[in-house]
Amino acid sequence: MRNLWIIASREFRLYFVSPIAYALATMLYLILGGIFFINIYFGLQTGQISPDGRMVIGPMVTILLFAMPAITMRLLADEYRMGTMELLLTAPLRDWELVLGKWLGAYGFVAVVLAVTWVYPLILHRMTSPGIDQGTLLAAYLGLLLAVAAMLAIGVFVSALFRSPVAAFFVALGVMLGLWIVGGLSSGAGAGSQLAGYLSFVDHYYNNFYRGVLDLGDAVYFVSLTALALFLGTQVVQARRWR
Amino acid sequence: MIEVEGLTKFYGAFPAIQNLDFHARPGEIVGFLGPNGAGKTTTMRILTGYMPPTSGTARVAGFDVVDQSLEVRRRVGYLPETVPLYPEMTVFEYLAFMGALRRVPDLDDRIDEVLEQVAMLERSQSYIGNLSKGLRQRVGLAQALIHRPEVLILDEPTIGLDPAQIIEVRRIIQELGRERTVLLSTHILPEAQQICDRVLIINHGTIVAEDTPGNLQAQLAGAERLTVVAAATTPELTRMLEAIPGVTGIRAGARDGEVEVATAPGKDLRPLVARRVVEAGVDLLELRSVGISLEQIFLQLTREENDAQAGG
Repeated sequence: MRNLWIIASREFRLYFVSPIAYALATMLYLILGGIFFINIYFGLQTGQISPDGRMVIGPMVTILLFAMPAITMRLLADEYRMGTMELLLTAPLRDWELVLGKWLGAYGFVAVVLAVTWVYPLILHRMTSPGIDQGTLLAAYLGLLLAVAAMLAIGVFVSALFRSPVAAFFVALGVMLGLWIVGGLSSGAGAGSQLAGYLSFVDHYYNNFYRGVLDLGDAVYFVSLTALALFLGTQVVQARRWR
Repeated sequence: MIEVEGLTKFYGAFPAIQNLDFHARPGEIVGFLGPNGAGKTTTMRILTGYMPPTSGTARVAGFDVVDQSLEVRRRVGYLPETVPLYPEMTVFEYLAFMGALRRVPDLDDRIDEVLEQVAMLERSQSYIGNLSKGLRQRVGLAQALIHRPEVLILDEPTIGLDPAQIIEVRRIIQELGRERTVLLSTHILPEAQQICDRVLIINHGTIVAEDTPGNLQAQLAGAERLTVVAAATTPELTRMLEAIPGVTGIRAGARDGEVEVATAPGKDLRPLVARRVVEAGVDLLELRSVGISLEQIFLQLTREENDAQAGG
């Protein structure tokens, strides 16, 4: 377990010296800030929008969908590209510790980025009376943390498949978009629609968590997806030793 | 300390190494010689637990590289050929990271110690990305030493260094080899000759010779050579030298008056050659025996192997 923390803390620190991470965080805050300002200035003043802490979460999920592959693309692909994987795989470190450590480091960074976005609901809460519904906000953020865990795990898995971070970015984005748009097929009544609904990122997030409902089935979906992707990532690292 | 038996690795259908058998004892520096693509790096990667063999066994410090890979990795210090480093880290941060993974006690003190060993103490706070190739090589070596490994495996440790750095790295390896098992690959033959106690010559994935550099030279010196430098070379001199029993060939040397005399192995013909030169009425300026170099042995062995493969 100690190795897991060593890998995770290195990755976590690395994000704070990485220009990509700063660029993503800046982009996220700028877009969210803009959306927040427009909502406050035009929506609330004219009474068209009710004070709701989720006014930044909706767009944030979409931004994160594109940002997560950028966060994870270099995690393992870069180690292969730079040859440092040889160093890590000849250190007394288990493959799963490496994969999980990479994911945990990225998760820690994204958690910090998300924590900062709490500032918008807090401002809204101070500006309005009687304030915003904290329970709904909490459930929406909890769901977001679970969804981000799954997105990052998918990114880590895909990053293990490639030597090129750019290839890892596009493939991870493709997988995440696939899980996103598959929800569009879930409106029917057949088994295929049911399966699409079960696989859908959108359904599992927006149907309950986003509305302030904590549903065990949704949590199990995100946790299972995270575990599966990390397991597959470990298998890929092990398999690549044999090549 | 390193025991290898029947080690074989296939990449798809291509055999990178086949049935390798060798060993290395504690306190021994073993050189792994071979042309590019001979299988040196593959063997080293198997010994360090980076990849499993297709068949055969390898034990390092008493542990099997497949079944007890973590134990092997704890005891091996490895410097890959590409010297993989993190350019965004300082030298100290990098060694602290690698040392932490290897559970090195009193890590800060050990980092200072190992940096002093590779003469990098004053650069501990430099970013790796700003270091020259030679300094990076030293950081890689420091990383391989950080956990006081019982076995050191170094893949082309002096490649790309300037002459002064090469001398320095060789000195460090020799020092380390006094108490550890060192397996180093190189295709710089004088390097192997200079620092290795024993050399393994590998070609097309198989070991074609294994011995001390001295013994290899003695065994494989199929033809001794004498260099004769006379005041002038005359047809009479050439004829008289050719007539000496045991002389197998004569050819002109690079300089005026220089003659290369090939002789049958095990015969010292220098007194006879000296007398014949004087009898031919020419002043003898120089006469010396030229031993076969490891370079020639290497070429001879790898050529024989290639010929055998082409023929058979």
